[in-house]
Amino acid sequence: MEIYELSVHELQERLTRREISAEEIVRSFLGRINKVEDKVKSFITITEESALQRAREADRKGQYLGIAGIPLGLKDIFCTRGVKTTCGSKMLADFIPEYDSTAWRKLDEQQGILTGKLNMDEFAMGSSTENSAFFVTHNPWDLNRVPGGSSGGSAAAVAAGEVAFALGTDTGGSIRQPASFCGVVGMKPTYGRVSRWGVIAFASSLDQVGIFSQDVRDSALIMNIIAGHDPLDSTSAAIEVPDYASYLDGSVKGMRIAYPKEYFGVGVDDAVKAAINKALHKYEELGAIVEEVSLPHSEYALPTYYLVAPAEASANMARFDGVRYGHRDFEALNVVDMFSQSRAQGFGDEVKRRIMLGTYALTSGYYDAYYLKALKVRRLIANDFDKVFLDYDVIISPTTPSTAFKLGEQIGDPLTLYMNDILTVPVNMAGLPGISIPCGLHNGLPIGMQIIGKAFDEGTMLKAAHAFEQNTAYHTLKPELGVK
Amino acid sequence: MALTIKEVEHVAMLARMNLSEDEKQRFTEQLSSILNYAGVLNTLDTDGVEPLTHILPAFNVFRTDTARNSMPREEILKNAPLAEEGQYKVPKIM
Repeated sequence: MEIYELSVHELQERLTRREISAEEIVRSFLGRINKVEDKVKSFITITEESALQRAREADRKGQYLGIAGIPLGLKDIFCTRGVKTTCGSKMLADFIPEYDSTAWRKLDEQQGILTGKLNMDEFAMGSSTENSAFFVTHNPWDLNRVPGGSSGGSAAAVAAGEVAFALGTDTGGSIRQPASFCGVVGMKPTYGRVSRWGVIAFASSLDQVGIFSQDVRDSALIMNIIAGHDPLDSTSAAIEVPDYASYLDGSVKGMRIAYPKEYFGVGVDDAVKAAINKALHKYEELGAIVEEVSLPHSEYALPTYYLVAPAEASANMARFDGVRYGHRDFEALNVVDMFSQSRAQGFGDEVKRRIMLGTYALTSGYYDAYYLKALKVRRLIANDFDKVFLDYDVIISPTTPSTAFKLGEQIGDPLTLYMNDILTVPVNMAGLPGISIPCGLHNGLPIGMQIIGKAFDEGTMLKAAHAFEQNTAYHTLKPELGVK
Repeated sequence: MALTIKEVEHVAMLARMNLSEDEKQRFTEQLSSILNYAGVLNTLDTDGVEPLTHILPAFNVFRTDTARNSMPREEILKNAPLAEEGQYKVPKIM
């Protein structure tokens, strides 16, 4: 087994036993990047030099902290001091932040090694990473298919063994959907659990930082580092953070698991349904109580999301005006033209579409009909979950209606593309934690299972995910990529 | 709900974002179809439902009023498209 194939906890063990050095680990991953990156194209920026330097420093100190020597990638939405942060947009093509996002700072303090910044849909708007202003990323399981999005680079990099783990963000499914498409673990914590400081905002009441990893234990370990209140983010929750690893005891005996009938309806592929049903049987075998429930407002979640998220996005995107940072049109003769031209040139198609939609929904005269209406429906969606969680510990469903689709297949019709998020969006509307774990293959492509937890109870969700993993081998399947 | 090109132009003006003729045409069609899709929400009775703006209980966050250093001006201005004498420079406003 190559070093780059090891999980975070396996790398930690070998480093602690002094069987390998941080530099050897980093060299192995950089070697892997060298071999597969021209096929997968996960990275916008590779920080080879500083990665090696940081690894050598860790070896010299000789005392390894939490994730010393572990190579990681960050979605290019996380501000990294001195390292270009583009958010997948021409608008920020040359932007070099002066400060670190809190999530990255915490990893850095534990001697985690940044190997680069990962591709994404522009400003996190998209479900295929084809909206990146720079290039498309390929699904390591089938290079003709999308890795999902918006955190497609993060998912592909972990699946291809280019990094040991990665961070992404999830506003409507942008971690869970690509994790499902790429056959890795993708976890979105409860809204407010991880600081959003230094993470370029898309829809502020929905955005949450999360993790891509090879297995559930790795996600728990990284959660232990990044979770917690941050005075710099007023929406980060001042709620105690448990030791997530302590939940991983492999047992679901007596656990109450619900599956919502609405998540197995029209539009969900039979192969996906079959894989999830098989997984639910496995949980029963393991002693869990598995029962059908109803989340009656599920069908309204997607239209609600496509009003709420663009409305918030249109406000967040207002900061890109060509004055303080980002692209500017130097031809404009007055300041309003400068704003309007800079934005016309700097933003891509999907970002413009959502700014337009959101601006419209917030326009006086339409505010009550669209935005306010959507916020009321959002309450009904959240109430559905509250009701189910009175009787159950976790909710299980497919992560996505299908496996990864082909590059170019869904471009041109925004509504078709939006349908990819139909099973993940409700979780964001309610602010709940959700995780996607591999649960099967169909025609050589991974299928993901979504486990949804109660607010601030990521522990029970991780426990359920880990127990499944302990009793199956889906998470050990790797794409071949045609290289040794 | 069908949008007109005129409405799309008005919204683009509010968003301070110039659109090409092709974009205006496309967005008029696409936004109409998305809003149409969102029309399903009107089939729900939401009378008396409290809007959910934020998932966490909203409360004000106070901190002690102590002076801290801000980020160095020269460093921040490095990302400015145009700066002069420690200031952002923009085209004439008046």
